[in-house]
Amino acid sequence: MTGQPQPGVPILRLGDVLVTGLLNELDDRTAIAFTEELTERISAEGARGVLIDISRLEIIDSFVARTLMELTTVARLLGARVIVAGMRPPVAITLVELGIELVGVETALNPEQGMAALGWRQAPQPPEGARRGTAG
Amino acid sequence: MSSRAQGRRPTGPATYPVRTEEDLLTVRHAVRAATVEVGFGLVDQTRVVTAASELARNAYVHGGGGTVTLEYPRESSGRRGLRLTVMDEGPGIADLDAALTDGFTTGTGLGHGLGGARRLMDEFTVRTGPGEGTVVVATRWTVR
Repeated sequence: MTGQPQPGVPILRLGDVLVTGLLNELDDRTAIAFTEELTERISAEGARGVLIDISRLEIIDSFVARTLMELTTVARLLGARVIVAGMRPPVAITLVELGIELVGVETALNPEQGMAALGWRQAPQPPEGARRGTAG
Repeated sequence: MSSRAQGRRPTGPATYPVRTEEDLLTVRHAVRAATVEVGFGLVDQTRVVTAASELARNAYVHGGGGTVTLEYPRESSGRRGLRLTVMDEGPGIADLDAALTDGFTTGTGLGHGLGGARRLMDEFTVRTGPGEGTVVVATRWTVR
C-alpha cells in the first residue's frame, strides 16, 4: 500500500475488470479521490474494463453526471472500457428531464449484465456442499 | 437531526444553511424526508431532490453559500406541495436567460443546473441581479 489516504470507495479486481460502486453520499472530495485511485489502479493492474455499480445512487445531479463522464473519458484514454450499471428508473427519468445525456457513458441494466458486456464470464456454480453456509 | 425533523409532520418552514459540502448532503436528506412526508411517489421524490441538489450546489458554488428553506403549501383543492426557497448573497446572475439555457456553466456542473431544475419543478421563479444575490423559489405539487 502506498500510505495515501483511502478514498472510501472500495475497488475490487476480478481478472482484468475492476469492480466498484458509488454510494449516494458522493461529495467533491470523494469524487476526486475516487477518480485518481481508479486511474492508478487501471494503469497499475492493466485493467481493460471497469464496472461501476450505481444502484445505490438515489439521485444523479449534474455534478455526479460530470464525475461519471470524466471517469469514463479518463479510463478510455488508458485503454479501459467503463460500464455504469444499475441506474434506478426514477434516476433515469430525472436525468432525461434534467437534459443530461451522459455522453460516451455505456450503461447496463445491472452489474451482472455489465460484467457480461465486459466479457467477464461467470465461473461454474460451486457444488451444493460449498454453499451450505449461506443463510436462508 | 433536529427534533422537529423527527416529528414526521410538516408544520412550518424549516431553513437549512448551505455553507459546506456536508450541508449539501444535509439538505438532500431533509428534502427527501419532506417529499416522503408530502406524499410524492418515487419519481417525484427523485425529481425534487435532484432539483434541490442543483439549486443548493449553485448557492454553494456561485453564491458563496446561502440557505434552503422548505415549506409545505396546500391548495383549497387539497393539492399538497413542497416549496424550496434557495437564497444566496453572492454576486447574482448577470444574464439570467443565458443561465437558464442548457450548456451554460461557470462552475463545476454541466450547465444544466438552473434550467434543468426548472424542468423538474412545476413552478419556478428566479430573482437575481448583479450584487443582489439570488433567490430561487421552486414548487412541486402532488397530482391531487
